[in-house]
Amino acid sequence: MSQSHKFIIIAAAALLLSQTFLFSAGKAENPRHLKLATTTSTDNSGLLDVILPVFEKNTGIKVDVIAVGTGKAIALGENGDVDIIMVHARAQEEKFVNQGFGVDRHDLMHNDFVILGPESDPAEIKGLKDAAKAFRRISGSKSSFISRADNSGTNIKEKFLWEEAGISPSGIWYKEAGQGMGAVITMADDMDAYTLSDRGTYLSMKDKTDLRILVEGDKRLFNPYGIIAVNPEKHKGINFKDAEKLIGFLTSPEGQRIIKNYKKDGEQLFYPDLIE
Amino acid sequence: MNSVFVKALELIVTGDKEVLFIASTSLRFAVSSTVLATVLALPLGLLLSLSSFRGKKLIIVFLNSLMALPTVVIGLLVYSFISKNAPFGNLGLLFTPGAIIIGQIILAFPIIASLIYSALSNRDPSLPETLDTLGIRGIRKYVILILEAKTAVLSALLSGFGRIIGEVGVSMMLGGNIRWYTRTITTTIALETSKGNFELALALGIILIVISLTINVLLHMGIRDV
Repeated sequence: MSQSHKFIIIAAAALLLSQTFLFSAGKAENPRHLKLATTTSTDNSGLLDVILPVFEKNTGIKVDVIAVGTGKAIALGENGDVDIIMVHARAQEEKFVNQGFGVDRHDLMHNDFVILGPESDPAEIKGLKDAAKAFRRISGSKSSFISRADNSGTNIKEKFLWEEAGISPSGIWYKEAGQGMGAVITMADDMDAYTLSDRGTYLSMKDKTDLRILVEGDKRLFNPYGIIAVNPEKHKGINFKDAEKLIGFLTSPEGQRIIKNYKKDGEQLFYPDLIE
Repeated sequence: MNSVFVKALELIVTGDKEVLFIASTSLRFAVSSTVLATVLALPLGLLLSLSSFRGKKLIIVFLNSLMALPTVVIGLLVYSFISKNAPFGNLGLLFTPGAIIIGQIILAFPIIASLIYSALSNRDPSLPETLDTLGIRGIRKYVILILEAKTAVLSALLSGFGRIIGEVGVSMMLGGNIRWYTRTITTTIALETSKGNFELALALGIILIVISLTINVLLHMGIRDV
């Protein structure tokens, strides 16, 4: 066989192979896809890996989880790039629904935010019951504080707490990371800094960090999660039917029980809103 | 550090189902994109090396500067075309393997095209004429030209492959890092690092290096026999 024949055969084989790859990549168990944009905190906690397979098995619908900050999740919903969002920033959620981008908002579950810090606690906030006061002490002592600074639900809550404290944080001690919750906890750990975290993510990383929960229990630290279907009238091709099914499942007694029973190292990460 | 290698080895040897899936996903995307980018780049490389025309220099300069295009910019660009309200929004490509492959083709095309061009330009200048005199034309002529420079062409291909398999911006932005679907080695590394699982992340990094080493060795061995 001549060289050029061999070459053509190899090239054709490569092309064919890649097409098979491409085909299988596109069609790989491709029943119905439902695109869910959610927060890094719910994804990092591991809850979705437990609850979604049950839904997928029941319905045959494959849920594609895109884990981003709440701000971006809402933006994806506004663009119609996802079918459903699960986020934690009540005011933004209501805006999303009022502007017609989302329909059928449901309370799903809650936990709370906690202020994390190093054991040495240079700002002396340990045991405080007032989150705003703790923030004032951190800024007063110019102790390092890492902000998510990514418009996530946690970041929105943090900004609210600075407002409550009457401080607009700036200076070398206030570090805007622009990263997800897990990354920020790791950074704060490395820099002996304070940060605000949802309890779920902290618990899921507890064995990897020396940070401690220093402030908890303030009512303002409440962290409610909502789930909203994207309005199918705003964009073409929104999978509204399956989004409704997912909402139905997550708010059903079965879904709520899975949320309630989900534990990490014996600690409950989320509290369902619809069952005791 | 030792434990990282142990962990990597463990993941490979025990054949962890998810790690295997992620690695094969990465490979699948990278191979598809490289082959498709090469299919597009070969004609351009041939054209540039065989003929001279107005604007040729411009194309070459343009290709060379596109080689520096950051992956996140490509991601953003493609995103703005395939988002729901964008021109190609109705194809529903965003957050699917197809979106990643489009981004990766754009990423690799300039590198492969300009390296193929230089590979083909380094030949004996009289070769095309000789082939013409011998009456060898069309596809066969092009194939011989490419074969004459096969090692350099292969390097072009592997450079493209290398850039693709190691990129994270395109896969993350366009694929969405969806588990069992569009999660690749690099997006998993980013995710696990953000969760503080440095060992697992490093282990995956080692797997990535092993894959790319294997592919390079295999192809270099294979090309000798063609």
